[in-house]
Amino acid sequence: MKEEAIKDLLYKIADDQLILGHRNSEWTGLGPILEEDIAFSSMAQDKIGHSLAFYTLLHELGEAEPDLLAFSRSATQFHNSQFTELPNGEFDYSLIRHFLYDNAEAIRFEKLSHSGYEPIAKVATKLKGEIKYHVLHANTWIRNLGSSTEEAISRLQNSLNSLMPYALGMFELSVYEQVLIDTGIYAGEEAIKEEWLTRIQQVLASTELTMPDIPSQTPMLGGRYGTHTKHLQPLLNEMAEVIKIDPTAEW
Amino acid sequence: MYGGGNTFEAIKAEGLEEEDARKMAEFEGRIAQGEKIEPDDWMPRLYRQQLIRMIEQHAHSEIIGALPEGTWITRAPGFRRKLALMAKVQDEVGHAQLLYSAAETLGKSREEMLTDLINGKSKYSNVFNYPTYTWADSCIISWLIDAGAIVNQMANSKGSYGPYCRALERICAEEAFHLKYGHDSVVYMATGSSIQRQMVQEALNRWWSQIMTFFGPSDKLSVHTETLMRWKVKMASNDECRQQYLDMYVPKILELGLTIPDPLLKKNEDTGQWEYTEPDWDEFRRVINGDGPCNAERLGVRRMAEERGAWVRLALKNPTAKYVRPLA
Repeated sequence: MKEEAIKDLLYKIADDQLILGHRNSEWTGLGPILEEDIAFSSMAQDKIGHSLAFYTLLHELGEAEPDLLAFSRSATQFHNSQFTELPNGEFDYSLIRHFLYDNAEAIRFEKLSHSGYEPIAKVATKLKGEIKYHVLHANTWIRNLGSSTEEAISRLQNSLNSLMPYALGMFELSVYEQVLIDTGIYAGEEAIKEEWLTRIQQVLASTELTMPDIPSQTPMLGGRYGTHTKHLQPLLNEMAEVIKIDPTAEW
Repeated sequence: MYGGGNTFEAIKAEGLEEEDARKMAEFEGRIAQGEKIEPDDWMPRLYRQQLIRMIEQHAHSEIIGALPEGTWITRAPGFRRKLALMAKVQDEVGHAQLLYSAAETLGKSREEMLTDLINGKSKYSNVFNYPTYTWADSCIISWLIDAGAIVNQMANSKGSYGPYCRALERICAEEAFHLKYGHDSVVYMATGSSIQRQMVQEALNRWWSQIMTFFGPSDKLSVHTETLMRWKVKMASNDECRQQYLDMYVPKILELGLTIPDPLLKKNEDTGQWEYTEPDWDEFRRVINGDGPCNAERLGVRRMAEERGAWVRLALKNPTAKYVRPLA
C-alpha cells in the first residue's frame, strides 16, 4: 500500500514536470525577447531534468527505465494535471501558467524536502533551490506586466481567468492521499493549495490584476487518473517520433 | 554555431580617401601591433560599417539557426539527447544576445538589427535556408556545421575589435561542447542499427554541399579583401578556412564509415591542398538572395515571433529610461 502510494506521488510529479518542460521548450526561438527565449529554455531544461530525477526514483522502485517511462506510455497512462498539457498559447498564457504552476511546485518541494521517504526528501532538497528561481522569474514578470499597459493587463487577466480551473486541477486528490499524509511522506494537496492561494494572492495584490473568485470555480480534474485533453496524445506522439523509428536502437 | 558573417556580401572599399590620414595611420599602426580597437576609439567609417554588418549577420545566424535545430528538441530520442540539445540551442540564442550587444557598441540598436533581419535587408548564414528532414540532419548540423563555425570563429577571435573578440572567445568555449555533443550523436547513429546508419548517411549527403559553401565563395570568385585583412576584420580567406576544415574533418567523417558524396574529393599530396567538386555557387547566390527551400519559412517564423511579442516589449518600456549602450 505504502509503496503504491509513493509511486503514485512520484508519477504525478514526474509527469507534470516532463509535460510542462516539453511545453516550455516549445518557446525555443520564439520568445518575445531573446532573454525570455533563454529563460524558458532554462526552465524547460530544469523541468525535464527534474522529471528524470523522479523517473529514476520510480525505476529504483522497480518501474521501467526513465526513457521508457517518458517515451513509450500512452496518454491514459500519464498522471500529469491537464493544466500542464494545454498548448502554450501566447506569451501571456504561458506566463500565467508558469506563475500558477511554479508557485505550487515551490511549496510542494519545500514540503517534500521534509518527506518521511528519504529518497524523495533528498531529491526535493536538491531541486527546490532551482525552483526558487522559477518562482522569482514568474513573480517578477507578473509584477512588471501586471501593472503596465492596458493590453498587457487585459491579456494577463483573461489568461488568469481561463487557466484558473485548470490550475486548481493540479490539486486533485489521490486515492492514497490519507496514507501519504499519515505516513509523513507528503503534506497532501489541500495543505499545498491553501498556501498556494495565499502566495499567488500576495503577488496579484501588488498588480492591477484581480484574483478570480475561487469558490465558484470548477476544477478541471481527471489528469491524475489518466483522463486528458485532446492535446496530450499528439504531444506524446511528437516526443516519441524519433525513438519509435528504431525503439531497440541506442540514440 | 554559425559564423561566416563576413562572407555573405561583396565589400566595397569606398570613401577611404576621405578619412583623416594621420588618424588612419595611427589606427592601422595599433592594429599591426596587435592592439584591440575599443568602442570609443577612432575608427574609419568602413571599419565600423563592416563590423556592424559582420557581427549583426553572425547574431542573426544564431537565432535563425536555432529554428531548424530547435524543432528537434521536442522529438529528441531520450532524455540524454533532449537535455543536451535544449542546452545547445539555448547557447545559440545566448550567443545572439552576446553578439547583438557587441554590435550595439558600434551604434546600431538590437531593434534596428532585428528589423533589418525581418525585412530581408540583412543576411544570415545560408545553410539555415535548408530543411532538417530528420533527426540525423540535426545531428549533422550540430557536429559538422558547428565545426565549421569554430574554424571561422577561432580565426575571427584573433581580430582587432575588442568587444567582438571577447564575445567570440566565450562563444568558442561553448561551441567546443556543441561539437562533442554533435559528434557523439553522429557516432551513435553511424555505428548503430542499419536504419540509423542509413539516416545519418542520407543526412550527410543532403548537407555536404551546404558544408562546402559554409565558408563562402572561392577566393577566385570573391572580391578582394586586403583592406579588411589588414584591419584584422577578416582573419583568413574563405578557401583557407575551407582547407583547414577539410584537413580536420574529412578523416573524422571517413573514420565512422560514412561516405562523402563527392567522388573528386582528395588531398593533392604535392600541393597539400584538398581538391573537390566546386559547389554550385549559382545556387548559393540564388538561395542567399531569398530563393531557397526555407528562406520564407525562417523569416516568417521570426516575423511571427516579433509580432506576437510586440505587446510584451511595449509593456516593458519605461518612458523615463534612456537607451544605454551595452558594456563592451
